[in-house]
Amino acid sequence: MKILQVLGPGCRNCTRLAENAEAAAKALGIEYTLEKVSDIEAIVKAGIMKTPGLLVDGKVILSGRVPSVEEIKALLQ
Amino acid sequence: MTTETCPVSEASPKNEAQKTPWRSIRTIAFLGAGLVAWWLVYGQLLNLANWITFHVLQLNAGTHLGSAVLFFVYEVPKVLMLLLLVVFGVGIIRSFFTPERTRQLLAGKSEAAGNVLAALLGVVTPFCSCSAVPLFIGFVTTGVPLGVTFSFLISAPMVNEVALVLLFGLFGWRVAAIYASTGLLIAIVAGWTIGRLRMEKHVEQWVYATQGGSSSVQEENIDWAARLRLGMEAVREIVGKVWLFVMLGIAVGAGIHGYVPENFMASIMGKGAWWSVPLAVLIGVPMYSNAAGIIPVVQALLGKGAALGTVLAFMMSVIGLSLPETVILRKVLRPQLIAVFVGVVATGILIVGYVFNLLL
Repeated sequence: MKILQVLGPGCRNCTRLAENAEAAAKALGIEYTLEKVSDIEAIVKAGIMKTPGLLVDGKVILSGRVPSVEEIKALLQ
Repeated sequence: MTTETCPVSEASPKNEAQKTPWRSIRTIAFLGAGLVAWWLVYGQLLNLANWITFHVLQLNAGTHLGSAVLFFVYEVPKVLMLLLLVVFGVGIIRSFFTPERTRQLLAGKSEAAGNVLAALLGVVTPFCSCSAVPLFIGFVTTGVPLGVTFSFLISAPMVNEVALVLLFGLFGWRVAAIYASTGLLIAIVAGWTIGRLRMEKHVEQWVYATQGGSSSVQEENIDWAARLRLGMEAVREIVGKVWLFVMLGIAVGAGIHGYVPENFMASIMGKGAWWSVPLAVLIGVPMYSNAAGIIPVVQALLGKGAALGTVLAFMMSVIGLSLPETVILRKVLRPQLIAVFVGVVATGILIVGYVFNLLL
C-alpha cells in the first residue's frame, strides 16, 4: 500500500495536487492512503521550499508545481 | 541524490529510449515558428487597430470616443501578446532555477555580495507567496544570512515580469528598466540594512530550532520539451488569471486617455506637491493588487500629468509590499521585524520616488 502525502499550506495548488494524486492512484488501481499535511515544520523537514510537495512512502518525489494525472501515474509506477 | 527522468506525460519505458535529437529539433522548430508568427502579428497591431476603429466602427479621429477606442483596441492585443511572450520566456528561464539551487548558491555568502545575488535570484527563482514561509525557514536554517534572505523576499514579488512587460508595453523600455533597476536596488539595500541591524533575535525562535532537510528533494532532469511545457503552463496560469484585469485596466486607461483633460492629475500627483510621494506610498503599502490590474491605471495617471516618481512609488508600494504576505510572514517574524521590514522597504520606495521626481 502506498502512503501518499501532499505537503502545503492549503492553497489552490495543494488542493489540485491532492486531487490529481488521488485520481492517479485510483486509475492505477493501487491501494493508497492520502494525507494533506499543512504543518510548517513537516514541510520544512522534508526540505520543500516551494509548495506543494508530493511524498510517496515518506520520500519526496515532486515539489513546486502541480503535475498532471498522467505524470503522477508514471511516477507512482 | 538520484536523478529523476523527465516527467513527460506520455512517458513509458519505450518512449524514453526514443528521447533523441529528433524530439528536440521538432520542439525548437515549433518554437521558432511560433515566434515568427508572433512577430508578424505584433507588427500589424497598429494597422489592425486603426482599421477597426476608423473603418469598421466608423469613428472619427480626434474625438474623445475615437481616441479612447483606438487606445483600447490597440493596447489590449498588444499588451496581451507581450504578456504571453514574456511570461512564456520567464517560465522557461525559471525552469532552470529552483529554490533549492538558489539556497545552495546563497548559503554562506558574505553580506554585500549575497544581497546582490539574492536580489537577482529573486527575479528568476519561482516563488509564490504561499511558499514564503517554508522558503524563509529553508534559507535561514541552512546558512543564508537573514539580510540576504530579505533581499530575495523583497525582489521576488516586486521585480515581477508581468509588471515589467506592462511597463514596457505601455511606457517603453526606459521606464521598465528604471522600475527593474530601482526595484533591485531597493531589494539589495533594504536587505543589507536589515542584515546590519542584526535582527536575528526577532525571528520567531522555533524557526532556528527547525531542522531543515536539504537533501531529500530530488533534482529533476528535464529536457527542452518539458521546459516549453513549463513555459506554457506558466502562460496558462498567469495570463489565464490576469487577462481580464488587463482588459479592465486598459479600459479604464482608455477612458482616462480619451476623456480626462491633460494635466488634470498634475495638481494632485504632480511634481509640485511634495507630499504626493509619501501619500502615494502610504496609500500603496496596505493595498495589494496584481501588477496587471494596477499598471494600466498608472498609465492613465501618468498620461494626465502625474509625476513619474510619485507613480513609480505608488506602484512599487502596491506590488512590492502586500498585506497578505506580511500576515503570512507573521508566522516566522516577530512584529518588530515585520515593522522594520515594511519600514525599510517603504523608505527605499520613498527615496526612489523623490529622486525620480527631482531628476525627470
